[in-house]
Amino acid sequence: MTRRILDHPILGKIEDKNYVSFTFNHKVYKGLENESLAAALLANGIRTLRHHEESGSPRGFYCNIGHCYECRVSVDGQQGIRACLTPLKEGMIAESSGQLQTSSKEDGGLENE
Amino acid sequence: MNNTIIIGSGPAGLTAAVTCAENGVDVVVIDEYMIAGGRLLGQLYEEPNGSWWNGIKESTTLYEKAINLGVKFHFNTAVNNIEQSNGLWVVYTEKDTFYTSNLLLATGAAESPVPVPGWTLPGVMSVGAAQVMTNVQRVKPGERGVIIGVNVLSAVIAMELQLAGVEIACLTLPKRNRITMKAGDPRKVLDSLLHVSHMAPSPFVRYGSKLMKNDFMKKLGVNFYPKKGVKMWDIPIQLRKAVTKIYGEDEVEGVTLATINADGEVVSGSEEHIPVDFVCIAGGLYPLAELAAVAGCPFYLVEELGGYVPLHNERMETPLEGLYVAGNITGIEGAKVAAAQGTTAGLSMAHRSGIKGLDNTINDSIKMTEQTRNSAPIQFHPEIEVGRKKILQQWEAYQSTKRESICY
Repeated sequence: MTRRILDHPILGKIEDKNYVSFTFNHKVYKGLENESLAAALLANGIRTLRHHEESGSPRGFYCNIGHCYECRVSVDGQQGIRACLTPLKEGMIAESSGQLQTSSKEDGGLENE
Repeated sequence: MNNTIIIGSGPAGLTAAVTCAENGVDVVVIDEYMIAGGRLLGQLYEEPNGSWWNGIKESTTLYEKAINLGVKFHFNTAVNNIEQSNGLWVVYTEKDTFYTSNLLLATGAAESPVPVPGWTLPGVMSVGAAQVMTNVQRVKPGERGVIIGVNVLSAVIAMELQLAGVEIACLTLPKRNRITMKAGDPRKVLDSLLHVSHMAPSPFVRYGSKLMKNDFMKKLGVNFYPKKGVKMWDIPIQLRKAVTKIYGEDEVEGVTLATINADGEVVSGSEEHIPVDFVCIAGGLYPLAELAAVAGCPFYLVEELGGYVPLHNERMETPLEGLYVAGNITGIEGAKVAAAQGTTAGLSMAHRSGIKGLDNTINDSIKMTEQTRNSAPIQFHPEIEVGRKKILQQWEAYQSTKRESICY
């Protein structure tokens, strides 16, 4: 199964085809250099980029141009990076964030801090 | 210290940069995306003369022209804040802080969300996201999808997706609720579609099927709400059905589609499951104007322009000294109008930088923007000219209040 549009009736063929390796959640994948990280993951069949910090529900990219911040992942150790705006590089290490432990309100959690 | 900084490298920003540089003004362009072009990148449609408008090609041409004229670009750079200090504009980005005499906000538009149950599932995306994935990143958003929201933008993008080999099961409405409002009311949607029909937008009716010709709009008008929907480039458009839910365990697996009556209410028992692996949400565009807001620019709500727009005049000046706006931040229109506004903004900034003899050129450029608007094949809002007049009236009112307060 290929999700890439290698040839397009109007836009033509993709000219730059320099595949690089990167890891996402400790697995190695291949993608095209300088395509967005979100696109590289989608081309590998990966839609879930993170799990919501509070509910733990799965999330993917939504707006794809940096407005909505739904695609935030950590890239090379830096948190909160938008996958849709990140050009893919050789050896890039990306990880999704997961549900966070929150103290419950009964315990006098965040609201009283 | 810079002379001119432009935020946004879409059609307005790029054209403004080229115009400034051609008049000998130093320009720096900042954009948070990876490449130049903005929303122009994804555009792909057939012109009335049969040639194709290729957004990537247009973007590359403008970008290369700017580079050759010595314009400097900072990509992958998000602007967090702007402020006026000692007669200069300070531009704070994730990386550096810039100082400039003239600042142009060409930040474009964002897509309005339409919340539908299940819309946070991976595989649900804005219709513009699917366009960028397909035409710019060249990765299919999925194999088969449904588009929720019937409007000019979603119809054109549906055609683009099909062109790239992505199947669109149908364009349909969101179930009507307090938030979806007009977008879930078949009458309102049909109204807005009929408003564009007098312009007979050729990309709608030309591509694909010869049988279609003008029949699409005719069918809509004649068979008021046809039960089976009408087809456009073989894609069914359902105004009598609405998505009540997007379902799936960890990703999109399908949508629940129900028949609705003319008021947009669901007919119970009519629900069916449509298996798809992605869903697009098309809520329309609104001006992306936060930076003008943090700068303290006055705003007005002008429905015809797509939402709240910063106050500006035809020379693309805001009431704040040295701050300019161009493109969709001033109202939702096509890329060609945005580019025409960019030319005017570029000339205005060159004029303020001390370049002499530009007055006539600026007036010509303002006229050219109007001409471009009048000949646009697609208009996002049928009453765009009314909206433009409204904001100019606000400008006049603002200026006369200012004059009065000076007199006292």
